[in-house]
Amino acid sequence: MSASLTLVLVMGVLFGAGIATMMERSLTRVLIGFLLVGNGVNLLIYLMSGTPGLAPILGEGVDGSEISDPLPQAFILTAIVINLGITAFLLALLYRSWWLAQLGERGDLVDDAAEHVEDAEETADLIRSSAADDQAVQEIIVASDEEFESGDEELDPSAGAGGREESAKREHDASARRPGRRRP
Amino acid sequence: MIASLAVFAAVALLTPLLTRWLGRRVFPIVALVPAAVFVLLLTLLPGVLAGEPVVEVVPWIPQLDIALSFRLDALALLLALIVTGIGALVLLYCTQYFDDDEPALGRFAALLLAFAGVMLGLVTADDVFLLFTFWEATSVLSYLLIGHYTGRKESRGAALQALTVTTFGGLTMLVGLVVLVVAGGTTSLAELIADPVGGTAGAVGVALVLVGAISKSALVPFHFWLPAAMAAPTPVSAYLHAAAMVKAGVYLVARLAPGYADLSVWHPLIVVIGAGTMLVGGWRALRQTDLKLLLAYGTVSQLGFLVLVTGFGTRDAALAGVALLLAHALFKATLFLVVGIVDHAAGTRDVRHLSAVGRRMPVVATIAFLAAASMAGVPPLIGFVAKEAVFTALLEAAIAGDAWAWTALVGAFLGSVLTVAYTARFLWGAFFTKPGAGPTTLHRTGPLIGVAPGVLAIASLVFALAVPLVEPLLAGYADELPGPTEYHLALWHGLEPALALSAAVFALGAVLVWARRPVARLQAAMPHAIDSGRGYLAIVGALDRMAAGLTTFIQARGVAGYVAVIATVFVAGLGVAALRNSTWPESLRLWDLPGQPIIAALIMVAAIAAAIVRQRMTAVLLAGATGYGLVLLFGTSGAPDLALTQALVETITVVVFVLVVRRLPRQVTMRAQAVRAPFRIAIGVLSGTVMAVIGFVALGARVQPTIAEGLPALAVEAHGKNIVNVMLVDIRAWDTLGEISVLVAVATGVASLIFISGRTGGAPRLDAPTSRRERLRPLPEQADTMRGARASLTDTEHETDAAGTAAATRQTWLLAGRTLSPRNRSILVEVLVRLLFHPAIVVSVYLLFVGHNAPGGGFAGGLVAGLALVARYLAGGRYELGEAAPIDAGRLLGTGLLVAAGTATLPLLFGRTVFESSWLETDVPVLGTISIGTSTLFDLGVYLVVVGLVLDILRSLGAEIDRQREDSDRHGLPDAIAPADDALHPDTPHDERRAVEASRAASADEEARR
Repeated sequence: MSASLTLVLVMGVLFGAGIATMMERSLTRVLIGFLLVGNGVNLLIYLMSGTPGLAPILGEGVDGSEISDPLPQAFILTAIVINLGITAFLLALLYRSWWLAQLGERGDLVDDAAEHVEDAEETADLIRSSAADDQAVQEIIVASDEEFESGDEELDPSAGAGGREESAKREHDASARRPGRRRP
Repeated sequence: MIASLAVFAAVALLTPLLTRWLGRRVFPIVALVPAAVFVLLLTLLPGVLAGEPVVEVVPWIPQLDIALSFRLDALALLLALIVTGIGALVLLYCTQYFDDDEPALGRFAALLLAFAGVMLGLVTADDVFLLFTFWEATSVLSYLLIGHYTGRKESRGAALQALTVTTFGGLTMLVGLVVLVVAGGTTSLAELIADPVGGTAGAVGVALVLVGAISKSALVPFHFWLPAAMAAPTPVSAYLHAAAMVKAGVYLVARLAPGYADLSVWHPLIVVIGAGTMLVGGWRALRQTDLKLLLAYGTVSQLGFLVLVTGFGTRDAALAGVALLLAHALFKATLFLVVGIVDHAAGTRDVRHLSAVGRRMPVVATIAFLAAASMAGVPPLIGFVAKEAVFTALLEAAIAGDAWAWTALVGAFLGSVLTVAYTARFLWGAFFTKPGAGPTTLHRTGPLIGVAPGVLAIASLVFALAVPLVEPLLAGYADELPGPTEYHLALWHGLEPALALSAAVFALGAVLVWARRPVARLQAAMPHAIDSGRGYLAIVGALDRMAAGLTTFIQARGVAGYVAVIATVFVAGLGVAALRNSTWPESLRLWDLPGQPIIAALIMVAAIAAAIVRQRMTAVLLAGATGYGLVLLFGTSGAPDLALTQALVETITVVVFVLVVRRLPRQVTMRAQAVRAPFRIAIGVLSGTVMAVIGFVALGARVQPTIAEGLPALAVEAHGKNIVNVMLVDIRAWDTLGEISVLVAVATGVASLIFISGRTGGAPRLDAPTSRRERLRPLPEQADTMRGARASLTDTEHETDAAGTAAATRQTWLLAGRTLSPRNRSILVEVLVRLLFHPAIVVSVYLLFVGHNAPGGGFAGGLVAGLALVARYLAGGRYELGEAAPIDAGRLLGTGLLVAAGTATLPLLFGRTVFESSWLETDVPVLGTISIGTSTLFDLGVYLVVVGLVLDILRSLGAEIDRQREDSDRHGLPDAIAPADDALHPDTPHDERRAVEASRAASADEEARR
């Protein structure tokens, strides 16, 4: 099949400009990027019809072999309308986030780098905190091992009780150190 | 079988409900289920002993040859009896163990019962994948039961450890099973054993399956999860971690032994791991101060023993192995239940705190002594019978010259010595009076709690005395293995070498007990030989740290970062693939039409400008310009439908965009971008380039002619001339139905995001306010007052009054025009909209009906109607929208979808297929011959959905945002924090609200005057 160099170029430019715009902090800009990429993708599908011909409408004297390929057109037609729906949805999201987050003059900017780092650190903390559960198990297992150092009275209850309290204390300290935001 | 399992499932589902009424009295009732199945299984005993297994098969996934097939032979029956019998007793025990106020008691009871059912399924399943399903189900249920105390850290940690380890083993086992099934050509366990898979496939498959068995039965190196699992309530430990679940691995070994014991991988794995586990478990049990942990390590040790013996592969060893299995289930469950009682009464199970318990709980102590004696192998108990049989079997094999038998014998002997020693430690720790410690305070416990352990302990004694009655069931399995069948289980075989070994075991055990101080010192001094618990923690910890690091790395840049990563992977992956491509288009044109480069240049400039400019509105308009560029391209090269639709959509998109963006700051801030500009531009340029290359590759890759060649004929067959429309409403109607469903979902989503307090009802109207509509809008008079107040900030009071009076009295072209501020009105626009609205609706209906033969159709028609509504809204404000379309958008959407789906399903009523079309052709004056088909009806559905979508968008992003803005203006609050007052005070009387608003307006006036 042959292709129109011009259209391929346009498609590439729409795509590139869209992707570059999507990487910004402002949600409006992300949405504009989405629109550009959407148009680019529609054009890509359209390219697949090859050489354009007559409109695919079988009027008087229209030969079936002279028309454009209708298949990509059917695809694009649904894609266009879906694009409208998704755009409206994203706009609603954008407005809602602005309204709820009370961003005011800050507009529709999503979090900046520092805030993202903070969020990510919080997530990482949560992941790490599962180690605390394992640690608690290990402490109990170790606490039950009878320690026997030379000079100790055999099975001295007070020594054992001390050990237990100590481990309980460690646990308490550990939970006290953890920031309160994890489990309200 | 299947019926029993169904009963288990049904009762387990009902149990939480029953518990709400009955509290802990629910346990005796649900215990009836395993008890009944136990009795049922006993009735099957004669048939099974006669060598006729009970088989049930129901097809499940015939394509993969997977069936719900169950097979109850001697081994399965033995395990099933253990599972149901002990299950019933443990459930009964729970009645006394728990209090009524135990949290999540219903969940616990249901899970424990479900576990009994799943375990029953596991031991009776014949299909290996069914077996695997039950296998994993036990892991999950064990997770939930260990984690019963959700608030305790150790409980959660232990549950997760058990799940991680057993699931790891289970998945390894699945791979092994798949290998065996593919090589053996059947999924039936019985057939795989009757006709064993040989060669490498057999060895690899069996080794992988054994990994599953080893992890499930808590053998070295996976043994650490079982002591951790002692965080569970004691009934769970007694049932899952002594009698039932941990036996699953032993069961599998016993099951596979007849077919695979002679494989070269078998003996090293079984003997080394079995003997090693027995010694490691026994050694660690000897130094525990927590009675439950002592039993847990003892269980680890015994499980190693069981695997060692059942997997050994001779008939006598198998007989000894299953006897040991029965003995262990009986005595270990008893001991756990006893620890539960002691723990309950004393409030501790630490041997350093318990003293003189036995003297005050003589019955419990007696029960414990019976069970412990069985564990140590003291006659006349079943444990002794089994251990004698083990020694005899291993000794005979060893004398016959089997090197592995010597290893196994030495391991079993030393392990038994340790068993005697830790048994003594257990009894001494739990019941004896310690020097220098006062008697432990005990709470009263009901006598009924001793029933379950009592029955089990007596069974240990009775089975030993009546061992000839038990033996046929055990031998029924053991006889599947090679070897002479003369040996029988008995309490007394005469003065045999095995008896001498037993005597030596007791003697050495007594030495260990006597020398416990040096032994304890030695234990404390020795480093942990095999402490895989720490290894596990190290692995999990490293995994956690890696996950945390990766999270911090990836999430640190937010959405922009994600897009950057995706685009980079796209460029790298597809870019490399595209460069290696060899099919390029045969020919390349510069352009299709002379005008194309000009349109192309416009689009490219608009796209790049949209990516650069910082003003929101400008960027939106430029993005719209690229869309209009596409309209021109489509229009000039044979795609009129696309051009029409794109033009309409682009217009609506820009309007809607502007409606939202007007509330946001004008400029987009560029500070602190997550991805810096040079990277953004580079990634963008590279993505565009790669996409262009891919476009070329795709064009060159096509080798087949397009399927479009057959489409004209299909279109004629469907009574249509516009092929694109025929495809949408007929040939690919399924696709379109899916698409309009998406539109309905999107419209609903938009409305739910914007409306806070409910979305039903149309846009606000001028008159006849129902109470529901009142909630959504202020009264028109109020709006006037407010507007007057706002205008007075700039105009003089007099002029405002004049304008207001004029507005109120002037005859308007649009019904709701007078609700707008005079400064926002344009008489020209109002007249135009008034004149064009109805023709536009007519045009939209026209487009709908001619779409089959000319450009148009449901989408284009609906969009035209939507655009007409947009015009009314823009010219007359939100009340005008309500006047123009006094209908709930949700109803439009629903009706549309219903019409479309109805067209799809209606043919079914007439015995046709879904979406089959039929037509009615008539001559109509003016319009000519019209062919109305079901596809036109379908298009009507599309039309309604599209109109509904646009209406919902306008209602939400237009009218509702207007209302929220007016609210916040009126309240003098900053935009973003203004609450929707109607949502907050829906019940405030109108008079009162108006008074408040009037005073606010007055104060605003005053401020303005100052």
